[in-house]
Amino acid sequence: MKKGPSDYVNLALPKGKLLSATSCLLNEMGLGFDDYNRSTRIYRLSSNTQEGLEAKMFQEKDIPIQVAVGNYDLGICGLDWIEELLSRYPDSSLVKVIDLGYDPGTIQLAASRYCDITDISQLVDGGVNWRIVTEYPNLADAAAARLRLKKLRIFPVWGAAEAYPPENADLVVLRTSEEDELNKKGLVPLKELCRSTAFLVANRESLMKKDLSRIISCFSSVLKKVNKPWMEYKPAQDGYFSNGIKPVDDDSIWMAIPDGHQQKHMVKFFNKAGIQLQGYGEEENTRRPSISLESFNVKVIRPQDMPLQVANDNFDIAVTGVDWYFDHLYRFPTSPIVKMLDLGIGKVRMVAVVSESLPIQNTDDLKKMVISGELSPIRVASEYINIADRYLRDNHVSRYKVIPTFGSTEVYLPEDADLLIENTETGATLKAHNLRIIDTLFQSTACVIVNKNSLNDKVKKDRITSLIETFRRAIEA
Amino acid sequence: MLPSDMERFRFIEDAFTSSCLRWGYHEVRTPTLEHLNLFTSAGTLTPSLLNRVYSFLDWDGWSGERVVLRPDGTIPVARLFIENFSGQDSVKLFYIANVFVFEESGKENRERWQCGVEHLGNPGATTDIEIIMLALETLRSIGLQNVKLQLSHAGMLKAIIKDLELENESETALLNEVRDGNWRALTDINAQSKTMNSLISLLFDLKGKSSGYLQNLRSLPDISKELCNELDNFIEVTTLLDVLECSYDIDVTFTPGFEYYTGLCFQFLMDGQKVGGGGRYNDLIPLTGGENTPACGFALYVDRLMSLVKPKIGEHAERGIQVQGLSAAPDIIKKCLELSGSLRKLGYIVEIDYTGKSTTWRWLVKVNNKPVYSVTDQNTNKTREAESTASVINIIGGSL
Repeated sequence: MKKGPSDYVNLALPKGKLLSATSCLLNEMGLGFDDYNRSTRIYRLSSNTQEGLEAKMFQEKDIPIQVAVGNYDLGICGLDWIEELLSRYPDSSLVKVIDLGYDPGTIQLAASRYCDITDISQLVDGGVNWRIVTEYPNLADAAAARLRLKKLRIFPVWGAAEAYPPENADLVVLRTSEEDELNKKGLVPLKELCRSTAFLVANRESLMKKDLSRIISCFSSVLKKVNKPWMEYKPAQDGYFSNGIKPVDDDSIWMAIPDGHQQKHMVKFFNKAGIQLQGYGEEENTRRPSISLESFNVKVIRPQDMPLQVANDNFDIAVTGVDWYFDHLYRFPTSPIVKMLDLGIGKVRMVAVVSESLPIQNTDDLKKMVISGELSPIRVASEYINIADRYLRDNHVSRYKVIPTFGSTEVYLPEDADLLIENTETGATLKAHNLRIIDTLFQSTACVIVNKNSLNDKVKKDRITSLIETFRRAIEA
Repeated sequence: MLPSDMERFRFIEDAFTSSCLRWGYHEVRTPTLEHLNLFTSAGTLTPSLLNRVYSFLDWDGWSGERVVLRPDGTIPVARLFIENFSGQDSVKLFYIANVFVFEESGKENRERWQCGVEHLGNPGATTDIEIIMLALETLRSIGLQNVKLQLSHAGMLKAIIKDLELENESETALLNEVRDGNWRALTDINAQSKTMNSLISLLFDLKGKSSGYLQNLRSLPDISKELCNELDNFIEVTTLLDVLECSYDIDVTFTPGFEYYTGLCFQFLMDGQKVGGGGRYNDLIPLTGGENTPACGFALYVDRLMSLVKPKIGEHAERGIQVQGLSAAPDIIKKCLELSGSLRKLGYIVEIDYTGKSTTWRWLVKVNNKPVYSVTDQNTNKTREAESTASVINIIGGSL
């Protein structure tokens, strides 16, 4: 828990899409976080105007949880992520304090324009086992219960929800910030689940026991200003255009390829393999690039989501990372996915990391500290919760708790976690943040995973094998 | 649950089981882990209950199908019926099962035990009466004499809602509350028909105590045919209860939120606390995917009953014997085991001890390497000597 005098205030600030507007707001308030900007390399900030005010930068999605568990007194994040937490855990110690008004959006339940769902009343009847893809599984679950959907499966995703329907999902729950956005994504809205703007949130205990008024009143007075420059920031669009859908044969192959930082590696690799992709890594990107291979359909989604999507037959083949392949298999040991090929690109190591301030050099030291009670339960932050869980179980580290994160996990040490399970390319970033690698779990590269059931189909098997041969030649070339 | 809790638990369970068996019901057991879709597809649980179930992905849950720790006892029995007894009439089943629901206050257990009865395939009011009688008999047999019976009728309330002809959005919202079991919301609705308004206020303001009360409501002007039919069914049941001199209150506010209730609903109260309830749910089997099958049933809440029952604790101490070996020598162990075996065959509780510890059992039999046993009645503190197993039995048996 927090140490120091009771007027010491700890603030969780968002990275990502809220950063620019939030930074502008804090400047207007004179909170003195000069390093809170897009180009900053540090994530632990001290106010140079307010004594005892400190802040840390997190992924926006992680902020409600960090405030609810009491690591931070106050936080700024979108109402969507607050509601996502509260709809599943209504008794969380999270209090909405002030609506900051910027970054407006709505969370919508939507269907593809290319299927015949146009009204929510259609969802209630029938024997359809609805597939819902969303970054907001709790909001989707609550909505499904309220709408009395009879059968449903929810696929939580890390992003790109709009890419799935109509072929790989029936419904999506996603955030839109512009009126025409759903239409541009080829979707029709069915029901608005909630509205969202940036909010100041507080930990309930902090609000009851500490004096946060000097900070809260700063927010109150700045919101009274007539001139509100922070309201002018428009979130960057994700840069994907919708190019409609085309009819496909039953035995054509669905392939998922990655967005994000793996994309640039993949563009090069496809070039090397002599495969052309239109709308992938170009000026204009689409979630459905066209590919120069006959009977192949391609969608661009998050690599994190691919193993689950291949396992449940939504895709036959995907290019993901070994890290996400293992994370999936550790959760679902009998999953019907198989790794066919390592591409050898985007090499990283999966490592266990502690702060240099701890006298821990290896796993044995770690175990000793946990057994002695000095670090018990040990708090383990990771994007890879199943890998983290497996690592701790295999090493008989007990007791532990895993804190799931949505990235930037290195910020958690040492205040908000004791151990990280993270990937690293060179280890330099970890070193720069005074962190120490105590173990390497495995090497990870981009890899090709395939659904075993697809290999039972003769036509599909030939197509997949032929593509893998092409990939193999490109690696050897 | 500690030994003293388990003693109360088994007391209730045994009373329930023997009542059910005597009425010709058969015990079943369903899995603790069920598919979540069983509960969502039946449309049987309210959103507020669905948001509190313990559901998660199974080890093979990559397809997104979730499993759930059974949050309700009736729906799994409905599935069991559909898969094994479909089309049969008068299937009488009972079960003792744990159900799991999250409860945030921490005042109630999140794992609760129910003693439940399901009577499937029989539409008559006689069946409704039968299960109420069975429940009351069980409650009386565990020593609860002043159980209060409350009645309502989901079919009647559904007919009233239909007659209100509600359409606009705010009224749909009220209806959603009603579906979740908040029937008071009905009193906020201002219906077109004056009769409906006065019927609703009569229903909510008065607590009827006889079938006459329902006859009075039925005699109001402009009652729809459907509502008349439902009232007639309600009257049929209450008339039977009047004949049986079984007292009750009519109170519609407690009607459960489950959508599958179609007719009579009832609950049992003890000192104002609900200890069980049930009713008729003719829609349950079709909603769960089976053929049209009338059904009714009830569940008794074991956790709440446990705080109310007082089984005669220590009663069996009278039949308890401690056989005490004065050392752990092989021949003494053999004698102890032979003697205790003979006594257990006669129905005594026999504990063996070689350490000389004291006991709360009534009888203490000391075994040493001499041919005689010393038998102490701890109630009177008298000790006698016995020369054989038969004479030990004689001393102990002679005193019972």
